Amino acid sequence: MVKEIERAGLPVVHICTVTPISMTVGANRIVPAIAIPHPLGNPALTMEEEKHIRRKIVETALEALETEVDDQTIFDVKY
Amino acid sequence: MSKIRVVQYINQFFAQIGGEEKADIPAELREGPVGPGLAFNAAWGDEAEVVATIICGDSYFNENLEKAQAEVLEMVKSQNPDMFIAGPAFNAGRYGVACGTIAKAVQDNLNIPVLTGMYVENPGADMFKKDVYIVATKNSAAGMRDAVKKMAPFALKLARHEAIGASCEEGYMPNGVRVNLFEKERGSARAVKMLIAKLNGKPFTTEFPMPSFDRVAPNPAVKDMAHATVALCTSGGIVPLGNPDHIESSSASHYGEYDIEGVMDLDAAHWATAHGGYDPVYANEDADRVLPVDVLREMEKEGRIGKLHNKFYTTVGNGTAVASSKAFAAEYAQKLKADGVDCVIMTST
Repeated sequence: MVKEIERAGLPVVHICTVTPISMTVGANRIVPAIAIPHPLGNPALTMEEEKHIRRKIVETALEALETEVDDQTIFDVKY
Repeated sequence: MSKIRVVQYINQFFAQIGGEEKADIPAELREGPVGPGLAFNAAWGDEAEVVATIICGDSYFNENLEKAQAEVLEMVKSQNPDMFIAGPAFNAGRYGVACGTIAKAVQDNLNIPVLTGMYVENPGADMFKKDVYIVATKNSAAGMRDAVKKMAPFALKLARHEAIGASCEEGYMPNGVRVNLFEKERGSARAVKMLIAKLNGKPFTTEFPMPSFDRVAPNPAVKDMAHATVALCTSGGIVPLGNPDHIESSSASHYGEYDIEGVMDLDAAHWATAHGGYDPVYANEDADRVLPVDVLREMEKEGRIGKLHNKFYTTVGNGTAVASSKAFAAEYAQKLKADGVDCVIMTST
């Protein structure tokens, strides 16, 4: 789906846990997530802490969209 | 001659420990065959046997790749096997990736022959078919009998270090290694037959398949995020509570388009996941864990982004055919463009 969105001309970032799959499929901008059942959350934390890490991930995703890339790139989240 | 000693790797589901709620169990070693190993033992008779089975949760393996790999590798080593089999994984994505990863690790580190099996669209297939032998299976566990029928004899050949024929003869996925073989008919006769079949609209198999490198070049970056419209999409199956469009929990046949105008937070009273391929507890408690509407609304208010698009697109990426996913996104990407969206965040579970 990421590739079809890119093909349509929209820059797209893929937030996912298993980044090797995203690389194989062909996403260009990739941001690693926390875990498969809760990519943008962590039930072991408080709601505030959780929202904090979610924000970090989304912020990294926005930065990825603001960054020119020539090739597939993984943008690591700075927690 | 003594029996060939085989160690098999399977997931929590095939070990009958549980479904997605048990996908986070760490690796454990059990003596003898478990689940599919029984079918392999039956197929091998006196030739070989599964002496031990390693069971590991799919999420555990994929979320702790390095650690899980090291643990499983130690367990395999402890059994001193002649052969290692992972799966078959059919169309289970994380399981397929785990099977490919661990099969390659065993082959590279322990120098014993390895074999795995999965459906051709499993992401693990493209990732590992050049590294390890992968038998092409059907797309669901209903194809177990067929998978064992192909994998068991091939495993024996590998374990005995016999000469391995071409992929079309042995049933493994083409791995880029050429194997010479003698055809019964000469090239001209085969070509004419193919041409006649093609002219008659009948199926035929090319002898020279073209590689498919389907890559899309990245689009230019967003210049002015503070005035951009950002859309959210997901393969994590987030839907309004009750799943009004009945998006299937696996092998989805359609996608959903949902309005989030004025929605600040995906709370449990209104939103849930329809996905059947991961433990839904966390997403059902708070769907923002999959689709971060709450955070993007804050960023919208603060001016970090111009606007969060008032619709999101969602489907269930669980055994869903690649062709379907392509068609869904090709369609909704046009809607996003027509609505003036500047960029997209896609989340996957």
